[in-house]
Amino acid sequence: MNVGLGHYLVVSALLFALGLFGVIARRNLLVIYMSLELMLNAANLALVAFSRFTNNLDGQILVFFVITVAAAEVSVGLALIVALYRKRRSAHVEDLTAMKL
Amino acid sequence: MSVAFFIIALLTLLSAVAAMTLRNLIHCALALAFTFAGLAAAYLQLGAQFVGFVQLLVYVGAVAILIVFAVLLTRGREPATQGIFSPKWPVGAAVALGVFGTLAGLLLSSRVLHHEAAAIAQAPVRQIGEQLMTHYIVPLEVLGVLLTAALIGAVILAMHERESDSPPPSKT
Repeated sequence: MNVGLGHYLVVSALLFALGLFGVIARRNLLVIYMSLELMLNAANLALVAFSRFTNNLDGQILVFFVITVAAAEVSVGLALIVALYRKRRSAHVEDLTAMKL
Repeated sequence: MSVAFFIIALLTLLSAVAAMTLRNLIHCALALAFTFAGLAAAYLQLGAQFVGFVQLLVYVGAVAILIVFAVLLTRGREPATQGIFSPKWPVGAAVALGVFGTLAGLLLSSRVLHHEAAAIAQAPVRQIGEQLMTHYIVPLEVLGVLLTAALIGAVILAMHERESDSPPPSKT
């Protein structure tokens, strides 16, 4: 059985769905954050697979940019979570309702 | 090639499931690091050396460690009395299943699947470097500015602690 583009794309879609489930269903901010990273990585896998099977290097360059932006997001996001935890002593989404009407 | 692909895909998906469902946050972070490593292996298998090694350096090397540090700084433990999922988790499961169904349906009905694997280009890392330095030079510079801004912002956010508005750190 030959592995084609569809296999990689199905794996990518599964990872994306898992990450989406984690973002919606989990209660801890850090796990929600990890799920976001997982979704970014799922998109990256699809991009690399497309790049390989269409013989076009632009996909890999886009993945490089996505990884860089994700690194910036990691630094700011984790700093925000740590600062929030210092203020509120909690990392659960139910306890962060200050902006709720 | 296909056996390697199925092993990598299975390990990656299983560790992703573990990262989404485990209770101990340290275990979640380690499972996620394993997922990142599996994705790096998939990139290498796809002939994308540059992206594969960048993935290893950035995600497995830096992001996973940062997440572990954040877990430790926030006392990463779910209280044993409460569930790890929010009460409305079936909604999340339904949304995720719907998204996956839509994606899979579109994928399986598209014409893009009939691409055969092209021959791997010679020295793709050199080509990527040349492209980055010529065609993509403006986005590259903008990314440098973005990273600098993110660095300064993270330092300011994490430093912001005055004695007046923060409880004293516990000695334990």
